[in-house]
Amino acid sequence: MNRIDERFRKLRESGERALMPYLTAGDPDLLTTRALILECEEQGADLIEIGVPFSDPLADGVTIQRASQRALQGGTTLTRILEMVSDLRAECQLPLLLMSYVNPIFHFGFTRFANEAAAAGVDGLIVPDLPPEEATELIEAAAAHNLHTIFLIAPTSRPERVRTIAAASKGFIYYVSLRGVTGVRSRLSDDLEASLRMIRAETDLPLAVGFGISTPEQVRRVATVADGVIVGSAIVSLLEQTAGQPDQLKRAGDFIASLKVATKK
Amino acid sequence: MSTLEKPTRADESNLSPLPDACGHFGRYGGKFVPETLMAALAELETVYLQAKTDPSFESEMRGYLRHYVGRPTPLYFARRLTEHLGGARIYLKREDLCHTGAHKINNTLGQILLACRMGKSRVIAETGAGQHGVATATVAARFGLACEVYMGTEDMRRQALNVVRMRLLGAKVTPVESGSRTLKDAINEAMRDWVTNVETTHYVLGSVLGAHPYPMMVRDFQSIIGREARAQILELEGRLPDYLVACVGGGSNSIGLFYDFLHEPAVRMIGVEAAGLGIESGRHAARFASGELGVLHGTLSFILQDGDGQIRPTHSVSAGLDYPSVGPEHSYYRDRGRIDFVSATDAEALEAFQLLSQLEGLIPALESAHAIAYVKKLAPTLGKDQIVAVNLSGRGDKDVEVVAELLKPLTPNS
Repeated sequence: MNRIDERFRKLRESGERALMPYLTAGDPDLLTTRALILECEEQGADLIEIGVPFSDPLADGVTIQRASQRALQGGTTLTRILEMVSDLRAECQLPLLLMSYVNPIFHFGFTRFANEAAAAGVDGLIVPDLPPEEATELIEAAAAHNLHTIFLIAPTSRPERVRTIAAASKGFIYYVSLRGVTGVRSRLSDDLEASLRMIRAETDLPLAVGFGISTPEQVRRVATVADGVIVGSAIVSLLEQTAGQPDQLKRAGDFIASLKVATKK
Repeated sequence: MSTLEKPTRADESNLSPLPDACGHFGRYGGKFVPETLMAALAELETVYLQAKTDPSFESEMRGYLRHYVGRPTPLYFARRLTEHLGGARIYLKREDLCHTGAHKINNTLGQILLACRMGKSRVIAETGAGQHGVATATVAARFGLACEVYMGTEDMRRQALNVVRMRLLGAKVTPVESGSRTLKDAINEAMRDWVTNVETTHYVLGSVLGAHPYPMMVRDFQSIIGREARAQILELEGRLPDYLVACVGGGSNSIGLFYDFLHEPAVRMIGVEAAGLGIESGRHAARFASGELGVLHGTLSFILQDGDGQIRPTHSVSAGLDYPSVGPEHSYYRDRGRIDFVSATDAEALEAFQLLSQLEGLIPALESAHAIAYVKKLAPTLGKDQIVAVNLSGRGDKDVEVVAELLKPLTPNS
């Protein structure tokens, strides 16, 4: 069984929601990312989204753009990220997802990428600029290794499109909570509940919500309507602010713990 | 006579028209964008396809192209350039005479008419050389739409005149500091704006790039260049040209000229990319010289990238050619051997810039100067009975400052 399915099943049994932190791999280096993933696990995170840095991250706001730049300047590559995951796998039980723009994995080769990601112990793939229409090759290659392909639904997706996306997705669906790029926002969208209701009418897959969620209060609100909550920029921003400080890992861990508490009833 | 027959489709094999319903030109093209934009792309495609068969849209376009843009633009016989090069007869398609000084307005006019049909109150655009930004700001002013143009700070520096023009036209020009601070980064930022404001905003993409339907739609709006050129050369010479030459950044002026001739096997087509400081220097924008397949800004095409699929910085003296990807249709016709691609260096373009200025009294845009640079090599190899038609895609007023700067060390009394 894929670790993602297993995790959502357990959470459903215990009435909890998933906390899914996002980390830009290699910001500022892969050793730090490795330590952070283990710290997230320690503090109760349920799944980890590992961002593959790209030179032109057009779905991301400035925080993750800067993190991607730092990671690339530090020499982070897809190959080295896969090595890090493979090395980490013995110590980490969490479902691990890679989030990459399409070009780095297209260039790597979809089939080779699916093979190597699965071999390294990756459980799921999120490719924000690859809609299901263009994803046939990746979906097939991933399915051959029980690697889940997670697609995104946006506030602008209409019901017939939701059906297409749900049919292509495995593990869960990523709902983009707002029109815009990633980044911290002071308030959440008002139509979140109505949108999730519309999507639930079309699919039984768990729904995880991301984009703009940055505080325990916001996590608590989203957790009342979604199966999982994704927090990215707020964590990346904290890492940026605490860069080079001896208590960075602890402060990140405390923040993750505070977010996790908010996913419990 | 076959050359007088009206073309029905561009594909010379006379199979189905390109792109297919999903926006693919063979393996190229497609729709690689965040989900938030998929609905907007679908709406744009629907509205565009409706407009295309709507006689009132066509007559509206025709009216504005004639009375506002100034079409048809002349096809001008460059007698002194022809004599100087001593070979083929050279004709220049005078897109530099379009209102705002380049071919870009053919497309912005079409897209802004569509934006009005979609009820959008705001348009955004990216710009490199500033010509597309100026054309968008101009038409937005004419139709009373709010306009914001994204421009890399490196391009704002080298095309300062166009920044002033856009602001005079009432547009907001937003500097882009990320990445190489050129066209590629301006597109990233425009897409981020679009994804945020998609309900009220239409993104006026300036070239045959991006996700479907942009490469098809922008090509269609620009194809008037080739339709006019065909009629004009038949009138002037009684036959079709042997060669068509155009510079290729994203590819809108070249596909605009070539499209109506694609099914004419006797007409050879050459796209000229920017070789910058030379292909071997690595500092260029010649995608077909050393690019590989990849996805950038929503479309699959040839891309300058490194071994890890990261987009490589490009260089060209011409801001409008300084871009790491190229239109998907160009890649398709390049594979089929229908369009050949060559490149011209910064130095060759500068030389051609001066040559055309001095021989014909026409100051070309640095982009167009790349096409002239290749014609300088090509024309002398051809017979005097042969015909070369070149797209003079824009005028060079915007480049005067940059050129003056570059020529300074060469001018003894400065």
